[in-house]
Amino acid sequence: MSDKKTLGEMLTERGVSRRSFLKYASYTASIMALPPTAATAIAQGIAGARRQSVIWLSFQECTGCTESITRAHAPSIEDLIFDFISLDYHHTLMNASGHLAEEAREQAMKDNAGEYIVVVDGSVPLKDDGIYSTIAGITNLQMLEETCKDAFAVIAVGSCATFGGIPGANPNPTGAVPISDIITDKPIINISGCPPIPEAMTGTISYLLAFGAIPELDHLGRPKAFFGEAIHDRCYRRPFYERGMFAKSFDDEGARQGWCLFEVGCKGPVTYNACATLKWNGGVSFPIQSGHGCLGCSEPGFWDMGGFYKPLSTATGDPLKWAGGAAVAGAAIGVASAAMARSKRNKILKEGK
Amino acid sequence: MELLEFARGPALTFAITVFIAGLTYRVFSLFLMWRTKDSSAGRSRQRSAFMSAIREIIRRLWPQATYKQRTMFELVNGYVFHIGLAIIVFLLAPHIVFIKDLVGLSWPALPNNVIYAISIITIVSLIAALVMRIGNPPQRLISTFDDWFSWIVTFLPVVTGVIATSHLGARYETLLAIHILSVALLLIWIPFGKLMHFFLVFVTRSQTGAHLSHRGAQL
Repeated sequence: MSDKKTLGEMLTERGVSRRSFLKYASYTASIMALPPTAATAIAQGIAGARRQSVIWLSFQECTGCTESITRAHAPSIEDLIFDFISLDYHHTLMNASGHLAEEAREQAMKDNAGEYIVVVDGSVPLKDDGIYSTIAGITNLQMLEETCKDAFAVIAVGSCATFGGIPGANPNPTGAVPISDIITDKPIINISGCPPIPEAMTGTISYLLAFGAIPELDHLGRPKAFFGEAIHDRCYRRPFYERGMFAKSFDDEGARQGWCLFEVGCKGPVTYNACATLKWNGGVSFPIQSGHGCLGCSEPGFWDMGGFYKPLSTATGDPLKWAGGAAVAGAAIGVASAAMARSKRNKILKEGK
Repeated sequence: MELLEFARGPALTFAITVFIAGLTYRVFSLFLMWRTKDSSAGRSRQRSAFMSAIREIIRRLWPQATYKQRTMFELVNGYVFHIGLAIIVFLLAPHIVFIKDLVGLSWPALPNNVIYAISIITIVSLIAALVMRIGNPPQRLISTFDDWFSWIVTFLPVVTGVIATSHLGARYETLLAIHILSVALLLIWIPFGKLMHFFLVFVTRSQTGAHLSHRGAQL
């Protein structure tokens, strides 16, 4: 439940130094590509803000997004985000269970009507009246609509919530849809990825807290600060792409030399995310650095983009599936047209005689 | 992403199907077409029809001395964009990957930057060919829809490929999709227009050589 003290007062009480706090504000400003002066604005905004109520709904998901935001590397300043927000409902992280958990959600909605933020991970099944995923006896669809009704903003985290993700992949047996298909009257921020980069989630929440506004979004509703550039454009292996030096398999000389992974299916050129710059696990590495091509997990329909190991410049499906039939049909029409021409000519010659 | 999925999937499959059907249609209808039997004895032949055909193919690779000055630019320009197109299509790594995926054959690639430079030269050369066609009144007069459209569908894949590589104007996935769609358009048009010469060029020249030789021309 929300505290009436300001965040600044709370942090001082907990012994968080001003230096650590400013450091966090500067870090957030810098990862969100804001000008240096924004660090002060963020610090002032967060310090003066009331503790923000957040209701986290988990639908058809794998909890990977929660794993990502609470990742287990050495505690860092971003972990402070949990001091900035009042996480009133979250299956994995809350103590309460059963009807007490649901009561906590309802209470938070009542106490903070119009002010709370709803974070959603997981897609929502619509097929067969949404029976494929229910919580406390109600479908995900009902819970989402009910919870978002009085929300200030909705943050969809992970590719399932933003674009349907794996539950929505072909053949989509549960009729899974992203949050934006259902909630159309509230601002929605999409933080895609499977899972999303932790800093993309904490940075966006910090921005909301500090400025009380939605950050600049791209055409898919994702914060431009994290999804503004393609992985390929910031990839340290890019020079190899330009030089035409490609790994042909995962264990050849090219792979050992760290050459470009385009030919083994890397989707970096069409994937917009901050993996190549922010990296993962506290800046240790990211998939391409670890030797595997980008799967394109932050893009819509990434599961159905023709296969993770199929190069981007190849056709998807089987483009030659009708080749035999086409050749036979073409030949038949060709023979028929030649026969018709001959017959027409013979007729003319006969008439001429 | 949706446009790219459409381009890589249904659009390419459709284009390749039409290309193959069109190709076999043209070849069968052409080779089975009635031919007027030449009943004349023919002039004193120095060579067989086959050798005349081969000689004609070789002879037309370079202009005759009489026309050398007048046609040199067009000829050299023709070579520039034909060779340029062949290098772009067959020696750019992503293209080789496409061909390998399609038919299983692959070969070494040239660096992207080299192909980029060749693409620019090819674009300039194609524009020069168009300017020559527009600037030459008789040529302009005899130009048909086929000539103009064939130029457009040849030009588009090159220019969209360069734009996609340079990330100009739109997001890469959109540019790549437009590039693939332009290739699909080219594939669909090839069998039905003058671009069919990619297959028929030496067939028609052979026929001309054999015919002229029969008539006694000095080849």
